[in-house]
Amino acid sequence: MSLWVISIIAVGYLSLLFCIAYFAEKKERLGKSIVNNPYVYSLSLAIYCTAWTFYGSVGRVTTSGIEFLAIYLGPTITAPLWLLVLKKIIKICRSQRITSIADFISARYGKGSFLGGLVTIICIIGIVPYISLQLKAIYNSFFVLTGNFTVPEASSFFTDSAFYLAIILAIFAILFGTRNLEANEKHVGLVAVVAFESLVKLIAIFAVGLFVVYGIYEGPGDLFEQVNQSPELVRLMSVEGTLNPWAWTGMIILSMLAMITLPRQFHMSVVENNQPRHVDKAIWLFPLYLFLINLFVIPIAFAGMLKLNGLGIDADVFVLGLPIVFGSKWQAILVFCGGLSAATSMVIIATISLSIMASNNLVMPIILKLSDLKGSYNKQDLPVRIIHIRRIIIISILIMAYGYFSLIGRRLPLVDTGLISFAAVAQFAPAMLLGIFWKDTTRQGATAGLIIGFLVWFITLPLASLSELEIIDPNILREGMFGLSFLRPQALFGLEGMPPLTHSVIWSLLLNLGAIFFVSVFQRPSAIEHAQANIFVDIYRYESRDKRIRMRRGKAYLHDVRQLLIRFLGKERTEYLLSVYAERRNLNLNKAVDADPDLLDYAETLLAGAVGTASSRLLISSIVKEESFNIQEVMKVMDETQQLLTYSKKLEEKSRELELTSRELKRVNERLKKLDDVRNEFITTVTHELRTPITSIRSLSNILYSREKLDKTTQQEFLEIIVTESERISRLINQVLDLEKMEAGEVDLQLRAVNMKKLVKLAIKNCQPLLNEKKADIEFTCDRGVKEIEGDWDRMMQVVVNLLSNAIKFCDEKEGKIEIFLSNAGNQVQLAVKDNGLGLTEEQLPNIFDKFTQYYDHKRGMKQGSGLGLSISWRIVSLHKGKIWVESTYGEGATFNILLPVWQEQFVQTFYT
Amino acid sequence: MEKKGPRNILIVDDEPHIIVAIEFLMKEQGYNVQTAGDGEEALEVMKTFSPDLIILDVMMPNMNGLEAAKEIRKDSKWSESQIVFLTAKGTDTDKLNGYSSGGDTYLTKPFDNDELVLRVNEMLTYG
Repeated sequence: MSLWVISIIAVGYLSLLFCIAYFAEKKERLGKSIVNNPYVYSLSLAIYCTAWTFYGSVGRVTTSGIEFLAIYLGPTITAPLWLLVLKKIIKICRSQRITSIADFISARYGKGSFLGGLVTIICIIGIVPYISLQLKAIYNSFFVLTGNFTVPEASSFFTDSAFYLAIILAIFAILFGTRNLEANEKHVGLVAVVAFESLVKLIAIFAVGLFVVYGIYEGPGDLFEQVNQSPELVRLMSVEGTLNPWAWTGMIILSMLAMITLPRQFHMSVVENNQPRHVDKAIWLFPLYLFLINLFVIPIAFAGMLKLNGLGIDADVFVLGLPIVFGSKWQAILVFCGGLSAATSMVIIATISLSIMASNNLVMPIILKLSDLKGSYNKQDLPVRIIHIRRIIIISILIMAYGYFSLIGRRLPLVDTGLISFAAVAQFAPAMLLGIFWKDTTRQGATAGLIIGFLVWFITLPLASLSELEIIDPNILREGMFGLSFLRPQALFGLEGMPPLTHSVIWSLLLNLGAIFFVSVFQRPSAIEHAQANIFVDIYRYESRDKRIRMRRGKAYLHDVRQLLIRFLGKERTEYLLSVYAERRNLNLNKAVDADPDLLDYAETLLAGAVGTASSRLLISSIVKEESFNIQEVMKVMDETQQLLTYSKKLEEKSRELELTSRELKRVNERLKKLDDVRNEFITTVTHELRTPITSIRSLSNILYSREKLDKTTQQEFLEIIVTESERISRLINQVLDLEKMEAGEVDLQLRAVNMKKLVKLAIKNCQPLLNEKKADIEFTCDRGVKEIEGDWDRMMQVVVNLLSNAIKFCDEKEGKIEIFLSNAGNQVQLAVKDNGLGLTEEQLPNIFDKFTQYYDHKRGMKQGSGLGLSISWRIVSLHKGKIWVESTYGEGATFNILLPVWQEQFVQTFYT
Repeated sequence: MEKKGPRNILIVDDEPHIIVAIEFLMKEQGYNVQTAGDGEEALEVMKTFSPDLIILDVMMPNMNGLEAAKEIRKDSKWSESQIVFLTAKGTDTDKLNGYSSGGDTYLTKPFDNDELVLRVNEMLTYG
């Protein structure tokens, strides 16, 4: 086939695309959209499959076997995540009118123009080689179709043809992509064309595949039988022969990030998206497309290796070579159109998105900054100028791509260049993904991450490639940059043993992420960054409520705003958008003179769609008046401040109250806990006290029971012990119950006039047996006319007996002496019980009235009583509103004192007796 | 070092009635028995009496059983003597404390006569 025929076919095909675009746009205007459905959307995402897929995959199989699949596995396995990530990005871009990745990152981090510019430059450096490889693919396919299988090295004629190709594509991109300025008017025609081209790609590959399997061979069985006879092919097909886990890891990471970081991918999936819900279907339709387009790659590659061997056909064009050698002319043309589709769709969308990025983020900010800002928007030609700028950028990009192609591109295989581009744009992923999920990511953080990631990428991939191809000093690769061995581009910091691509991906993304984290953590975002972070991370909230953080305080003349919008959006559309705004807020804009901050925000968003976020901010700030406050505004601000102050005062009060309450609660809780502890301890002690008598009772009774020949004296002795210990148990139980009752407040005192003299005398009488046993003396001294007290006779008796028996127990063994004094003490009566025993040590004194505090009598080695007697006495005296205490010096005995209130109705009593 | 003749047992408890019971049981088995009312007294007794086994209460005045056991274990002279804790304190923590201060066995009150006797016999035969 001659070159002219092929050229006519190509131009004819491109014209067909034009018709499709025209048709789609016409349908759109009539309200019968053909692109507004998930199927077209999914097909348009298939722009992912470029000439690299169409031709390159087969080439890849011949060298690396099934490794080519890695690049499709990434998007396939992460497709479900799009629901989380891609949908969110789409919503953000819609509300902010974002039209490119550069815009996205710049808008997220405070709308500065530097970050946007940086992203744009990285994009251009990263993507130009990728565009150039599409040129190479078309160029090669031209050759093969003419029947010249050996591509000659840069002969002047073909060099020129590649150049013309670049120009034709540029014109094509200009015609498609730069007809209008505002972003929310979607490029419906473009979407239709991309979707159509995706279909052609798939059909073409299928046609070749089916032809190879059923035309050249007799079905897959036949083909693979032939393959099995070649050990080399068998190796390529096996996992063991080709699987390098590191290489797969690197490619899978890159390809999954590529779905949002590649400019063309971002453009199709986000900017041209009609409805976010289309993503729901795309998450399985797109992987399905990837599966289908890869289905015949291996058969075609093997057939090519078996049948085209020796013809000198480059493996990258087997897809085209097979139908040319074995098939029909029409088949070859179909494949050619498939390849053309794959290449042109990528080139057009990539150049358009790069041109939008470059004009909005590089050129516009410079123009706006250089020109007199106040006047520039009045110049009629600015929007036209922007369109011109974009066209020039498109042409420049394609010329750069051509330059790259003729200098370096010819020598590299398709796939390598593509992966290098993937790795470059993957550097956007940390800033984008952290930006939509983590509010604290800051502009400096993102900038640092991008710069470091990009530098590492540059050193580890392009620089290494250039050094490898000996275009620059080849020593860099071997000895490291500046002769430093830790800066060897393919073994950075000594990390060796990985494929160069994976090595680059790991280092660049790791350092990129690290820089973002490190810088962001140590920094506070500025007000506008903070506001944007809120919108990006919480987009669903802002979307549902149309609630925004007000960032602006300035005002502008409505006239200025209107003029500015008209310049960029046209009169009709401006009036329409303003009327929508007025209606929504119930305003009458015809009478208004000033534009309030909300309207300025609105206008800024509208302009962002046309000129990008950063430029739009610059434009709006150029018409904002100096922030001069009139008195009313000052009053309003004061008012707001006052309100805030009141609020904060109230809040402070509340928080103080809360603090108090919580402190109170804490105190109560601690007391309860303490009480609980005391109670637990009490129970433990009681059980222990019960165990002791039970132990001897059990053991001794068992001895008595099981030994018949026990002598009488021992029997008697044991029985006595058992009786004593049993009494001890019942005494203990009674006392515990008694104490419990008193503590629970369940004791009703029978308060009467009690004659203490009488009571003490009776108590002494009761204790006589004990006294006799101990052979102790007792002496009772009583004042004359001791008043009666107010008390419960039985309970008071209990107390006095307790004190008395304690005194008897602890008085001196040989010359025991107990003294009792009873006297008036003002309105009270005092009773003192003194013994001449050892007395109490200083340690014993403070807790002598506590439960289970016991004296130990060393000489007899036996505990005296249950340890509850004094506790009970203390309780009883307290219930009588009296006082009980002890005075003692160790070695000189102890004196227990009680003060009790006198009987208040004394005179009545006297009167009657 | 195998001793001939009846073995020596020291019973340490602050409850005289409990001592009466244990003393009876041990003497019945033919052991030589001495008693003490607390840890201090026990150490005092051990100056003149070498027990092969000590039955030790824990909660006692002056020096409790745990302290006494630690003191006894400090002296290598008593490394062959076995210590049986016999106490009303029966939680796991109590037992752990007992073992860690040098006890060989831990029994709780109220005890079973036969169990105590068997345990002591066993320890003096095989321990």
